[in-house]
Amino acid sequence: MNAFFEALILQAGYNAALVAVGAALLGFAAGSSGTFLFLRKRALVSDAVAHATLPGVALAFMLMVALGGDGRNLIGLLAGSAITAWIGLLLIEWISRRTRLAEDAAIGAVLGVFFGVGIVLLTIVQSMSAGRQAGLESFLLGSTAGMLFQDAVVIAVGGSLAVFATWLMRRPMTLVAFDSEYAAAMGYNVRRIDLLMMGLVLAVTVIGLKLVGLILIVAMLIIPAVTARFWTDRSGRVIWIAGTIGGLSGYLGAVLSASAPALPTGPIIVLVAAALFVLSLLLAPRRGVLAAVLRHRRFQRRVHRRQGLLALAARHAIRETYTLRLLTKEGLVRPDGVPTDIGRAQAAKVARDERRWDVAREIHQDAGLTGRYDGLTPIEEVFTADEIAEFDRRLGPPVAVGGA
Amino acid sequence: MTTTQQPIVAAQDGRATRPAAVPTGAPLAVRGVTVSYGEKPAVFSVDATFPAEAMSAIIGPNGAGKSTLLKAALGVIPRLSGEVYVFGQPVEKARERIAYVPQRASVDWDFPTTVMDVVQMGLYRKVGLLGRLSGQMAARARDCLDRVGMADFSHRQIGQLSGGQQQRVFLARALAQDADLYLLDEPFAGVDAATERAIIDVLKLLKAEGKAVVAVHHDLSTVSDYFDHVFLINVRRIAEGPVSDTFTTGNLQATYGGRLAATHLDELPVAGGV
Repeated sequence: MNAFFEALILQAGYNAALVAVGAALLGFAAGSSGTFLFLRKRALVSDAVAHATLPGVALAFMLMVALGGDGRNLIGLLAGSAITAWIGLLLIEWISRRTRLAEDAAIGAVLGVFFGVGIVLLTIVQSMSAGRQAGLESFLLGSTAGMLFQDAVVIAVGGSLAVFATWLMRRPMTLVAFDSEYAAAMGYNVRRIDLLMMGLVLAVTVIGLKLVGLILIVAMLIIPAVTARFWTDRSGRVIWIAGTIGGLSGYLGAVLSASAPALPTGPIIVLVAAALFVLSLLLAPRRGVLAAVLRHRRFQRRVHRRQGLLALAARHAIRETYTLRLLTKEGLVRPDGVPTDIGRAQAAKVARDERRWDVAREIHQDAGLTGRYDGLTPIEEVFTADEIAEFDRRLGPPVAVGGA
Repeated sequence: MTTTQQPIVAAQDGRATRPAAVPTGAPLAVRGVTVSYGEKPAVFSVDATFPAEAMSAIIGPNGAGKSTLLKAALGVIPRLSGEVYVFGQPVEKARERIAYVPQRASVDWDFPTTVMDVVQMGLYRKVGLLGRLSGQMAARARDCLDRVGMADFSHRQIGQLSGGQQQRVFLARALAQDADLYLLDEPFAGVDAATERAIIDVLKLLKAEGKAVVAVHHDLSTVSDYFDHVFLINVRRIAEGPVSDTFTTGNLQATYGGRLAATHLDELPVAGGV
């Protein structure tokens, strides 16, 4: 536990601190730039793009060794991964636009082929005699051992640029994600905006390769945005909430993995993000599962209460045990089903409201008002006191219920 | 009027004809437009001219290419051939004069956005990438919401609206663009009577302000009440002109073929009777 707190305040050594800060920055960049990917419903394209980085990494290594350089030059490797990822992205776009295959088929094909080629090339690289190839396979699942200051700088600079570009392009990207036809009619180039959005995702993927790895980076792009959606109804806010959730997951994940030996950083970060997702799914105030269950229960109670009162007014026996229990608990009926005085009074009111609605339908031709009848909405919310008085005048004096 | 280098297009009967000349001022003129899904044309070599200060309806059976024609005119879907002019200019150069109201069902209403945000989308082109949505712009968006009777809903998430309310929000977004030509794709589909009334009032006001309104419309019984001009389409152009002399039994039969029962035709307030 002590180790966790030390890591939390960045006192667990230089490397751990570097990893925590880098992961937080990457998380923020991935969360915010992944927002539009999620809103555009193209989350899985990023998975294919991430897998398509692998051949680029291996090819860049081979090329740099062949030219007599250091095969593990980070910038070179990232440039190589970006190139094959971009080719993969264009292929997906081309396949889904020019052939009859749907995008999901294109995603599957590109992901499989590029990843397969990448693994083959990686195997060839492993068997090469030159170039200190050890560590290349860490691009698969990420690694924090030996993270350099240079790596953190790449994440900080690239991540900031991606966040800035997301902010700058938020309006066109929102428009395309929400209503691409309208965007096209306004003269926006939808295809170019889509490519730009994917380009941002690609950039974040590439800078995150070394830390999180290409297999799990999709989780950092998507989970924060999906989580943020539970907390707001405005796309502009989703960007920043997703960034915060991503940053928090990155930081906490890195700290957790630093506080115990042999905890892999990338997967732990993803698990932290997933934990935040599950919490939001359950507890979010309006869209959460718990809130939905409570809302439904409350609604069900209103329906049963109203139906019970109508039954009392019509002097029917209440058969459903739930309704009976509800009315008994409120003191509206006795356990044997006989209404109390309060119950009779309320039943009379409910029955009268039903008849007021009947009158309202007769004299009000405005369907906008009478159309609000749903059995539950109180008549006082729809009509003014004067209007209700008018209904009552037409109805005559009230009738008591239950024959006291 | 410049009609240089007009492509020669094949007419339906195989004769090669020059497309009709482009009327300089017409709010929307479509010339020889063909749109194809795969190798089946949905709209074939259509010429159409929609007049100024009028409400025009595009009418035809399901699958006749009504919405396709509208979208192709806007460049939302690619044209295989043909040209589109807006106020005499190629459509690409006149975008800021066009406002489009897509079909309600074409978007995901669970999208995280509020009514106000949607209306402000109509201002994005004016605001640009970096510009802030000023108080003046927000006031304009509110005013547009007010015109469609939705001012009280500005902070609602759009998923909480009824179908008719959603349609009105889309109309408000188009109003915010302050365009000269309004193109609407089935604005009355699946909306309540109150909304239909509200929408038609707004459109008539637009017409009174001198704007042109073109709507894909499917309810034949309201054509004579709502519109001044009709364009009848069934893949090809069947007829176009003022409602009073174009919306006739004969033209409708030519458009709908056997799909429109004679008994149904009898009940329609068509021009000239049966």
